[in-house]
Amino acid sequence: MEFAELIKTPRVDNVVLHRPFYPAVEGTLCLTGHHLILSSRQDNTEELWLLHSNIDAIDKTSEWRLSYVNKEFAVCPSYPPIVIVPKSIDDEALRKVAMFRHGGRFPVLSYYHKKNGMVIMRSGQPLTGTNGRRCKEDEKLINATLRAGKRGYIIDTRSLNVAQQARAKGGGFEQEAHYPQWRRIHKSIERYHILQESLIKLVEACNEQAHNMDRWLSKLEASNWLTHIKEILTTACLAAQCIDREGASILIHGTEGIDSTLQVTSLAQIILEPRSRTIRGFEALIEREWLQAGHPFQQRCAQSAYCNSKQKWEAPVFLLFLDCVWQILRQFPCSFEFNERFLTMLFEHAYASQFGTFLGNNESERCKLKLQQKTMSLWSWVNRPSELSKLTNPLFEANNLVIWPSVAPQSLQLWEGIFLRWNRTSKYLDEAYEEMVNIIEYNKELQAKVNILRRQLAELETEDGMQESP
Amino acid sequence: MEHIRTTKVEQVKLLDRFSTSNKSLTGTLYLTATHLLFIDSHQKETWILHHHIASVEKLALTTSGCPLVIQCKNFRIVHFIVPRERDCHDIYNSLLQLSKQAKYEDLYAFSYNPKQNDSERLQGWQVIDLAEEYKRMGVPNSHWQLSDANREYKICETYPRELYVPQIASKPIIVGSSKFRSKGRFPVLSYYHQDKEAAICRCSQPLSGFSARCLEDEHLLQAISKANPVNRYMYVMDTRPKLNAMANRAAGKGYENEDNYSNIRFQFVGIENIHVMRSSLQKLLEVSGTKGLSVNDFYSGLESSGWLRHIKAVMDAAIFLAKAIMVENASVLVHCSDGWDRTSQVCSLGSLLLDSYYRTIKGFMVRIYSLVLSGGVRCGHLDGDPKEVSPVFTQFLECVWHLTEQFPQAFEFNEEFLLQIHEHIHSCQFGNFLGNCQKEREELKLKEKTYSLWPFLLEDQKKYINPLYSFKSQRFTVLEPNTVSFNFKFWRNMYHQFDRTLHPRQSVFNIIMNMNEQNKQLQKDIQDLESKIKQRKNKQTDGVLTKELLHSVCPESPTLKTSLRFKEQTLLPVNDALRTIEGSSPADNRYSEYAEEFSKPEPAVVSLEYGVARMTC
Repeated sequence: MEFAELIKTPRVDNVVLHRPFYPAVEGTLCLTGHHLILSSRQDNTEELWLLHSNIDAIDKTSEWRLSYVNKEFAVCPSYPPIVIVPKSIDDEALRKVAMFRHGGRFPVLSYYHKKNGMVIMRSGQPLTGTNGRRCKEDEKLINATLRAGKRGYIIDTRSLNVAQQARAKGGGFEQEAHYPQWRRIHKSIERYHILQESLIKLVEACNEQAHNMDRWLSKLEASNWLTHIKEILTTACLAAQCIDREGASILIHGTEGIDSTLQVTSLAQIILEPRSRTIRGFEALIEREWLQAGHPFQQRCAQSAYCNSKQKWEAPVFLLFLDCVWQILRQFPCSFEFNERFLTMLFEHAYASQFGTFLGNNESERCKLKLQQKTMSLWSWVNRPSELSKLTNPLFEANNLVIWPSVAPQSLQLWEGIFLRWNRTSKYLDEAYEEMVNIIEYNKELQAKVNILRRQLAELETEDGMQESP
Repeated sequence: MEHIRTTKVEQVKLLDRFSTSNKSLTGTLYLTATHLLFIDSHQKETWILHHHIASVEKLALTTSGCPLVIQCKNFRIVHFIVPRERDCHDIYNSLLQLSKQAKYEDLYAFSYNPKQNDSERLQGWQVIDLAEEYKRMGVPNSHWQLSDANREYKICETYPRELYVPQIASKPIIVGSSKFRSKGRFPVLSYYHQDKEAAICRCSQPLSGFSARCLEDEHLLQAISKANPVNRYMYVMDTRPKLNAMANRAAGKGYENEDNYSNIRFQFVGIENIHVMRSSLQKLLEVSGTKGLSVNDFYSGLESSGWLRHIKAVMDAAIFLAKAIMVENASVLVHCSDGWDRTSQVCSLGSLLLDSYYRTIKGFMVRIYSLVLSGGVRCGHLDGDPKEVSPVFTQFLECVWHLTEQFPQAFEFNEEFLLQIHEHIHSCQFGNFLGNCQKEREELKLKEKTYSLWPFLLEDQKKYINPLYSFKSQRFTVLEPNTVSFNFKFWRNMYHQFDRTLHPRQSVFNIIMNMNEQNKQLQKDIQDLESKIKQRKNKQTDGVLTKELLHSVCPESPTLKTSLRFKEQTLLPVNDALRTIEGSSPADNRYSEYAEEFSKPEPAVVSLEYGVARMTC
């Protein structure tokens, strides 16, 4: 057979053909020297014959696979047992890449944008060190996520300066020479004690009722909290912009890939993916991008703003994420299925909870603690109808659009529901909220009633009509 | 029209105010006798009333043309690039002339014609009636009387004709007092609290210098305190900072000496003067207009502008006033220097806290009318001394907005109403805000020559109703706002009302407003349907007697059933979720355009540019 040397697999069974306007066909796919043939091999045989020269373009649609390489948490202690990686990269390569990435956090899939097939990947920093180490498998893995001829963006959540300094400690960033198809963008999102201090300052400012206006404004400014919010949101918008506007895939990492990285990947999904704005979708997002992704809740949320002993690993990373979600919720009040209370509730449980969900620092620890057997899941409680009704946004109307928040300082606000919660009465605001809910409920009631009456009237009319016509 | 040399310029660019990459729209610029109009390539219209223009600036020529920056009193800022310098120069000169009128008669209000006849126009002016308002307050009564002392504006030119003074204050006392008060503005009633029998009075500073006294003035103050049967002590509130008041003494003015007046408690409340306020607002606008503004620059700018500090000071003064009446049952006399800016502001805001009537649409109009008559709105409609222009009225509206934020159910009107009123203070389209006092307004024959804004707002009332307003509040339910600093926020919807990208893309308020409207319609529908069903049923029971025997069972046809479904109409869409921004021209209704934009499958790239989220490495 001609070209036989090019045909590695001449026949595949159980292949499904999807066609527009017709039902899918299952059959056997055969590859010959000239044709690609699919036969349903049924009585009323359906066959598709495609001449190779007729083929314009081929796209692999499933480029991803589940990998169990981390089954025993041996490759990466902060990853879950199952991760999604490019199909063309085998587990052996993943092990090698893990050696090249901080904390063993090799690049994994975080989000797949259905609209155009672009993806968000996340990882730890590459361990290039001062002598510019490289890892062929790492380069191969990252490139495997790109479509032919496409370029991608690497978003480093550190400033170039910080990233350069990281090399001295064995860390580093992707050299453009070794990753020619990728463009690197540095953004600066703060971490650790800087965030913790910001929170302490903000709470202190909010608690002082006697401040005059100048002092309040300067304290609010000095806390830098809203600056952090703006930085995080801006980076998330940038990531979303790359995916949706530029049609480019992205890889996101900072140093360890467990703080600012997760803020950005999860917020980008809020912006891009309507499902993550639903209650179940948001719970899944928290589960995926924070719990499974290995955000060390135990370390970060052990103490809050009133703590005296400042541990260096404490940081309100998750609270900042929730605050950012709240900012977007304020700007798109009808696009979220949940309300502010849902976010407040998550904040509380992240810091102290009767449920096991936020315990431990990663999946490996949670397994060792046997939390599934010994504690209750927060979600099982939250998802009870009686609880859900309190957390549901009455204004929600599913919105399938990408939502672009404004990150201008004038558009960002102090999250009063968290920071001023105990400092002033919210009686009038709560009453107004109740009234709003009443109006919406009343509207639904009236609509239902009108529909019933319309039907009733129509039935009467037809009855009359039938009685009169014969 | 003699000022207009070029009426139309093509290929003009309108720059995005906050874009750091000079994003722009191209279109045609038109100059009419009243408006500047820009129509971009998407047929979107931007109308700018000449009277709204605060400043026009021609910047240095660039390669793409000649930049023209126009700043408006309603906080709109537009940046055009005109291809030819000649055209730019013509427009610039025309706008300079058109935006600053030397005579009242040249203002838009005197040519504006909404196609109403004379009686309609007059009716419009009668919507607000101050005589009614005094009756509502409960004056005249045994303690307060209408004085005819100023009927011919002989005692005080800037006061209205009708003034209420204590029953026991005789004309010589009034005349004597007026001679001891700056610009003759002697103490008169501003608000009477029927329940407490306490009064808010207003005046200007006394001409006390370092030691001067005036017995008549002392008598008049005593008369005010005596008019309050419950508490003989009265407060005298000087709304100025103490230092300013003391400095005034050197000029033969000053403040009351407690020793010379019996039963008064004197109090400074420290609101800055209009010059400080004007530059404060200027700073605020500079900060908020900065391209690529950082959070820290925004807050430090907000702080150094002092704007929110001033707002808080006004609010605190109003609270002091309301408390004096509610808690101590005391009457209060308020003044500043001339007794128009700060005094009007504080009296108006104080009465808004005390009396829920002023929180209704109609009541608020009444309050604003008396504010105008007392000279509280001096916005510089004519080309004159820019030093006399003040943002006092804007501040008043902002204080009210802060109250609506703290008490979302206490006001019948919404934010849009405040913005609309603000729009028309400067538009000079209606006669309401023209002239600085009643005398001047009468001389201008405003009621014959111009229209009143209020009937137009009332006609559109639906747009201005607060859907959450609770009717429960009794007339004397007092608002006690909390003035902890963190309760004061930058009023984005005012100062950025034309910068759409900075606002939420969906407005809860509009949705609830529409839903409320829809609910009313639904209630009507239900009544309608119920009566129709009743009719049918009656008809049927009549018919059944005769026909039942013939058609014992009438099987329902499945096709009919399904066809019924179609009758379940989808109701009015309620997700017209976007904030509308009103221009001064009716053509400036952009509802449709917004809705269309939002319904596109992808929203335009929005504010990323402004937010520095740019693809730079």
